[in-house]
Amino acid sequence: MGDVFVLAEHRQGVLRDVTLEMLTKASGLAEKLGGETVAVLIGSGVDSFAEKLTGYSDKVLFVDNPLFSDYNSEKYQKVLVELIKQYNPGLVMIGHTTQGVDLAPALAVEMNLPFVTDVIDLEFVEGKLQPVRQYYQGKVNANFVFKGEPPYLITFREATVEVTGPSRQGKVEKVESPLKEDIGYRKFIEYVEAEVGDVDITQSEILVAVGRGIKEEKNMALIEDLAKAIKADICGSRAATDAGWLPHDRQVGTSGKTVKPKLYIAIGISGAFQHLAGMKGAKTIVAINKDPDAPIFSVADFAIIDDLFKVLPKLTEKLKELRG
Amino acid sequence: MKTFVCIKRVPDTSEAEVKVDATGKDVDSSRFSFDINDADNYAVEEAVLIKEAKGGTVQVICMGPQDADVMIRMALAKGGDSAIRIDDPRINAVDPLKVAKVLAAVIKSQEFDLVLTGCMASDDGSMAVGVALAEELGVPHAAMVKKLEVEDGKVKAYRELEGGIAEVVEITLPAVITIQTGINEPRYAPIRGIREAQKKELKVLKIDDLGLAEDEVNAASSLVELQKLYIPEVVSRAEVIEGAPEEKAEIMATKLVKGGLL
Ligand SMILES: Cc1cc2nc3c(=O)[nH]c(=O)nc-3n(C[C@H](O)[C@H](O)[C@H](O)COP(=O)(O)OP(=O)(O)OC[C@H]3O[C@@H](n4cnc5c(N)ncnc54)[C@H](O)[C@@H]3O)c2cc1C
Ligand SMILES: Nc1ncnc2c1ncn2[C@@H]1O[C@H](COP(=O)(O)O)[C@@H](O)[C@H]1O
Repeated sequence: MGDVFVLAEHRQGVLRDVTLEMLTKASGLAEKLGGETVAVLIGSGVDSFAEKLTGYSDKVLFVDNPLFSDYNSEKYQKVLVELIKQYNPGLVMIGHTTQGVDLAPALAVEMNLPFVTDVIDLEFVEGKLQPVRQYYQGKVNANFVFKGEPPYLITFREATVEVTGPSRQGKVEKVESPLKEDIGYRKFIEYVEAEVGDVDITQSEILVAVGRGIKEEKNMALIEDLAKAIKADICGSRAATDAGWLPHDRQVGTSGKTVKPKLYIAIGISGAFQHLAGMKGAKTIVAINKDPDAPIFSVADFAIIDDLFKVLPKLTEKLKELRG
Repeated sequence: MKTFVCIKRVPDTSEAEVKVDATGKDVDSSRFSFDINDADNYAVEEAVLIKEAKGGTVQVICMGPQDADVMIRMALAKGGDSAIRIDDPRINAVDPLKVAKVLAAVIKSQEFDLVLTGCMASDDGSMAVGVALAEELGVPHAAMVKKLEVEDGKVKAYRELEGGIAEVVEITLPAVITIQTGINEPRYAPIRGIREAQKKELKVLKIDDLGLAEDEVNAASSLVELQKLYIPEVVSRAEVIEGAPEEKAEIMATKLVKGGLL
């Protein structure tokens, strides 16, 4: 079927993890597809990434031009269209990241490619490639089949693959930029760093995390009582920070912070993958949720499947008693 | 400003048990409660805020069943001027590119400055419709926007990236923006607005009304096909604490303290 293209994602001088994760996944696939793994690197001043990628791919297609000093969906799309036409890969993988979802759907439409987003796995069934994705925030899996001719296009979820390597010795192939000058309906202006708050939850040893399950702001009192009893800091899901129950710098997950406390108590949090990505590295995870199917239980060490309003007051009381 | 805002009706499955139905390609939704998709609620608010600041109109578009009318009227009550609902079983709704094609067909026939969508529908989580829609319309876009400043003939969009960093981009209008949750504080519909909304126009259209042929948007025309749905095996190594709620609390507290976890 052909080569597997993996779009290298980088930002502010950092090669994003999803790149090597996709290349690891692609390595297993390329053999079955009868092709090679090709990392596609678009950028400026990123020679060291090209070098690094050779350890994880058979070939690095490197479009090196000052036009690409920062990511821009319009320019990336133009380049990818040309590269895909020229090299005709079997499969194109782009990260299901804020960059990938800003780019891939438009590329799919422009080139009329068979397209599946947020893919968590790629299976071979009867010689055919079947992308697997999820519905209802992880409660249902779905297998898709591609119809029509390759190239197929997918966005691939972050943190689903353990990176292996470096184990290859690919070569770098410099490609002249198909784009010669700036085009411009969209201009990159600047990056604005996330706000810094009073407590740095990435350093916290004990975290009490709150989600939409507490329903109303006034119920934060229950959370505060528990946190006080065990000297924990409070953090939360995006639903909790969006609702204004907590400041934004207390949000855990892909668009918030990655935390690694000794103890993480998740209360009324369903465990969307964007949340899990930020906390699954905690040493011990306690989850309180009344839904036995909540994905948070997939990473928990202790599961309390019950109504948090019935559990919390007693939990706090007992902890106070035991700790004197 | 002529603004369109795309809203989807989705089930709240956060607490519900989800079961695959007999076809193996859909879920049994008979017991779900439905409402406007979270991000779309913020998109409606943003559209209304822009109208309040700059004047103009807000048109609501929804592809969905008649039951969606309640949610559409709510958006009208908050400040939307009129609405179009596309209701046609021939459309392959599992393919976000087909959904984008249909939404584009509605918008194309009119003048517009800005199209707002949510960045993600919580049921399918595709994160694809908005950006695909922009390409169908042939206009620029910015995805996952958590702050939007409308200027003359252009917008400054703050795209939210991993880690909460924002990438600021400037794009010329007309454009499509996909809205991230938390960009504003969605209002409650005022009582008077709810009354007025009943009188506002809500057109229901079929693909033929949009100049689309069945074989442009049906399942046969899609380049991907849903093979099967299944409940994933949840591999949990968690120790499940048993007992009445208070007992569970006591057991857990004891484990935390005696187990040296605190
Ligand atoms: C681009 C993008 C980035 C994102 N980044 C993040 C991120 O960084 N961090 C993040 O957290 N999310 C993020 N999200 C959002 C994520 O997809 C989820 O929407 C969010 O995590 C849900 O938060 P929640 O678990 O608090 O709410 P819900 O999913 O609504 O879950 C609430 C839970 O509470 C339980 N519950 C309700 N009542 C009770 C009760 N009485 N007792 C016990 N349990 C109860 C329910 O069973 C349910 O499981 C992002 C989304 C997008 C699109
Ligand atoms: N059936 C629909 N009707 C109207 N808008 C939709 C529909 N499906 C998706 N959208 C819009 O596209 C956004 C992204 O959806 P998705 O790509 O499915 O995650 C949603 O937040 C909506 O704004």
